Amino acid sequence: MEEPLPERGAILKAAIGIGLYAMAFGASFGAIAVGSGLTLAQTMALSLVMFTGASQFAFVGVAASGGSPFAAVPAGLLLGVRNAFYGVPISEILHPRGFARLWTAHFVIDETTAMAVSQGTPRARRFAFWATGLILFSLWQLGSLGGALIGSAVNPEEIGLDAAAPAVFLALLWPSLRRREARWVALAGAVIALALVPIAPPGIPVVAAAVAALVGGLLPDREAAQQIDEADHS
Amino acid sequence: MTPLWLAIIIAAVGCYLLKLAGVSLPESVLNHPNVQRVAQFLPIAMLSALVAVELFDGGGRYSLDWRILAGVAAGVIALLLRRGFLVVFLVAIGVTALLRLVT
Repeated sequence: MEEPLPERGAILKAAIGIGLYAMAFGASFGAIAVGSGLTLAQTMALSLVMFTGASQFAFVGVAASGGSPFAAVPAGLLLGVRNAFYGVPISEILHPRGFARLWTAHFVIDETTAMAVSQGTPRARRFAFWATGLILFSLWQLGSLGGALIGSAVNPEEIGLDAAAPAVFLALLWPSLRRREARWVALAGAVIALALVPIAPPGIPVVAAAVAALVGGLLPDREAAQQIDEADHS
Repeated sequence: MTPLWLAIIIAAVGCYLLKLAGVSLPESVLNHPNVQRVAQFLPIAMLSALVAVELFDGGGRYSLDWRILAGVAAGVIALLLRRGFLVVFLVAIGVTALLRLVT
């Protein structure tokens, strides 16, 4: 018998808190998705299989802008790239091999990674990953379903739902804007997208904004260089 | 199968494969500093572009619904007051819905 995990209660409590937040987030996704013209089944397919919030919002946001639905594919994928990077710490914590990789991968998202890496012991990290992953997955589905049902019952414009997508994207973006470099990248992304609105097909302006991230990421890291410089002089 | 269904399946499976790549690729690929910086900036550039397009794109030309703008501006105030996601969401749709009702 393994000893009971001392952090178990605290981790479960935090995971349920995150899950409830995800349920509200999922409900807004469900409502926006059906408001954008997706069916209930399509909305749930995104929540079950894509299962990464920002990508799901981006996909329906671009899909709603008219034109080919395939224009929404790169937008969803580019926002999902960050999950690949969470795989590095998660692999170190869980060491998934063979088939275990296939189901572990599905739960590698912002919240599970943050919860896992913030624990003190390897056992607590593993427990935090799975507790957060399974609770969040269940509540995310429940929220999406509830939101989609509410969204199909009312006129989306009447309840102001067309303001929800930009507000949600802004709320997701907000915490990263504390860094000066990030603010430049955000500004460049918006300018690129807006400049392309009248000339490019729907969906392309958002995807083209990735150039801002590419340029920003490949330019020398001024903030890090400055810190090293200051350390040298102190 | 409709094009929308096909696009959903491609994007959803693609997002899963990105997660799978993360737990399968050798660490050295993803640990490169430049690669990490680009990956950090990607969501920032794209979310910002999405905000801009949602606000000002009226189907291939610039347009603006001031009631949506007012709702999002109210959401920004909620963010400045350090409110959580749900409050921002409710404030934005509430203000927009109210302005629609009275104008």
